[in-house]
Amino acid sequence: MAQTLSREQHLDLYYYMRLNRSLEERMVRLFRQSKIVGGLYSSLGQEGISVGTAYALEARDWMAPMIRNIGALLVKGCKPRDIFTQHMAKYTSPTLGKDGTSHFGDLKTKHIVSPISMLGDLIPVLAGVGIAGRYLGQKIVAMTWIGDGGTSTGVFHEGMNFAAVQRAPLVCVVENNQWAYSTPVKRQVPIRNLAERAKSYGIASAIVDGNDVLAVYQAAKDAVERCRAGDGPVMIEAKTHRMRGHAQHDPAEYVPKAMVEYWTAQDPIGRYEKYLTNAGLWNEKKKAEIDARIERELDEDQKFAEESPLPPAELAEQGVFCDGCHEIKARWERPVEEVTPPRCSIEMDGWTVEDFGQLENIETEKMESVAVSKLAPSDQRSENVSGDAKSGVRSGGQKNTGAKSPARHPLRKGKN
Amino acid sequence: MAAVTMVEAIRQALSEEMERDPAVVLIGEDISVYGGAFKVTEGLLNKFGWERVIDTPISESAIIGAAVGMSYMGLRPVAEMQFIDFLACAFNQMTNFVAKSHYRWGAPVPMVVRGPSGGGVHGGPFHSANPEMYYAHTPGLKVVYPSTPYDAKGLLKSAIRDNNPVLFLEHKFLYRRIKEELPEGEYTVPLGKAIVRREGADLTIISYAAMMHTSLEAAEKLAAEGISAEVIDLRTLMPLDKETILASVKKTSKLLIVHEDTRTGGIAGEIAAMVCENAFEDLDGPIQRVTSLDTPVPYSPPLEERFLPGVPDVMRAARELAQY
Repeated sequence: MAQTLSREQHLDLYYYMRLNRSLEERMVRLFRQSKIVGGLYSSLGQEGISVGTAYALEARDWMAPMIRNIGALLVKGCKPRDIFTQHMAKYTSPTLGKDGTSHFGDLKTKHIVSPISMLGDLIPVLAGVGIAGRYLGQKIVAMTWIGDGGTSTGVFHEGMNFAAVQRAPLVCVVENNQWAYSTPVKRQVPIRNLAERAKSYGIASAIVDGNDVLAVYQAAKDAVERCRAGDGPVMIEAKTHRMRGHAQHDPAEYVPKAMVEYWTAQDPIGRYEKYLTNAGLWNEKKKAEIDARIERELDEDQKFAEESPLPPAELAEQGVFCDGCHEIKARWERPVEEVTPPRCSIEMDGWTVEDFGQLENIETEKMESVAVSKLAPSDQRSENVSGDAKSGVRSGGQKNTGAKSPARHPLRKGKN
Repeated sequence: MAAVTMVEAIRQALSEEMERDPAVVLIGEDISVYGGAFKVTEGLLNKFGWERVIDTPISESAIIGAAVGMSYMGLRPVAEMQFIDFLACAFNQMTNFVAKSHYRWGAPVPMVVRGPSGGGVHGGPFHSANPEMYYAHTPGLKVVYPSTPYDAKGLLKSAIRDNNPVLFLEHKFLYRRIKEELPEGEYTVPLGKAIVRREGADLTIISYAAMMHTSLEAAEKLAAEGISAEVIDLRTLMPLDKETILASVKKTSKLLIVHEDTRTGGIAGEIAAMVCENAFEDLDGPIQRVTSLDTPVPYSPPLEERFLPGVPDVMRAARELAQY
């Protein structure tokens, strides 16, 4: 429970949220001064999601942020200078100026996979990270984020389904900020809650108030623990609102004023400040101390970034291939003998269809209707299905036989 | 030692690399119990177990994506496409995630994507692809397309040990049609090195994969006519072995390029440009190419036969060039 967070940890959450926001406010100013080379995306109002979810991860865990997850990067150990230099395309940036924004990562120590701009692709990648971690005997969890819009991609489905089948330790945080660029959720998906999609993958899910950092942290912590225990992927839908346009160029006039007002009142930092005060976890002096520390750190890193050089032009030609510049080594935390012959040779398993895919025991209450053939089963089939009680084929299912009303033909929906 | 098919040679490479390095894992559709659509991975499940021979749903983007994630963890995944045509379903993962990873943020992707390619078996428009140039054109990917069992085994081992993503194309027409005795011991064939399959003086024929055999057959018949053709097998398309190509052109002064890929944007155009840039003065005739038609691969046998280059096509072009 959130109560188990220490006072320090509570203040940590504030520090990261405020750092996230102040950093982005500074970048808006830099953007207006034309010091940001490309586009600038805002996570204003979504800081609680980035910070609360990433805070549930351990150092050994992996993550891949999306464009509005600067807070998650900060929690995982990236510095404001990384973000400043990336946006300013400086040679001192983690990608040396080869890519911008939050498109960077760190395989060795922070365990961050760099995103690409195409949405959804990170999901199977992080599933692969989780599966590899399990194979290597590491008890890691992989986390990634996606927006409401990104859940409409084909690869989102491929990735979630594959992760579910593999029971990969993957936490997928769906940030439902109500807008995919300019398109509202209801014009993207005909369901109210994106978390309902988890049901179709047979995985656990949660819906959380994305502007309540403690609720977000708790949901993420539960999900991470579940994954670490080997119970398969979890999808968390965090309800929130994008308080700025898609990027700086977009005034977002398509967002109704009343909606902005509603969500302004839900500001995750304002709410959390109130909570800290009411819970007696800080006072004005402590808050001022933290804010001053943030400004000091940002001053220093912004100065560093502004004074950093752009990359030398010849860098453009370098680094397409790894020519031995990187050592590739898996970190084994289990004996390799377990996965090398002859010990890995195992019996065939899990390749049968337990109930033969039969029609009889479909749980009709979960379906609006189920069409069942009116033809009598062939002798052979009926023998297979009902003849051998010892096979266990119908165990469990048999109890239901007769208890359920017969399925209706779909064309007769609504009539008895 | 008994001669083995290309399928067996590829299986040997996978098996030996998996024994040598526990970081090597396989991922793909129907590769475990079933052993793959062409039985390349047959028997590997029983030897290496479920954790290392991973079956997936029909989700090519998930296969490539998961392999990338595994490679970030220090594994060396080998992903199978049931038919290489279906790699198009994961084109975004290949060209945006995989290919750009090392350049963008210094994250190497030591993975291999392999699968049955090429026509000549009446597979029709969706089971006959030669997709090499989509990927050779994408900076960050290596592309290998062997023509013999020996090379297939040696090149696949090199591909698995390479720190970069390698697209390993296996010509399905060659899978079981040619056999070759392989050495007893360990060997590899380096990526990026072409080989002179036949020495000659009058012209150079550059080819690879199934068309290498067509070119060799044409070269034999041309010899009877008094035309001496040198035949180069590219083996790796990216990186391209410019040295071997240029050395041969300097020797014969005439160049014919033969590939099963369609004409426009095929590697023949790239080689022709490269030779003109580097050895124009050495040329005694126009660079010629024999390729498939600029059409999808048709299904019906007479149509596919018309589509694919044959020995007579190569001989005709070689004769004209030799006489120039």
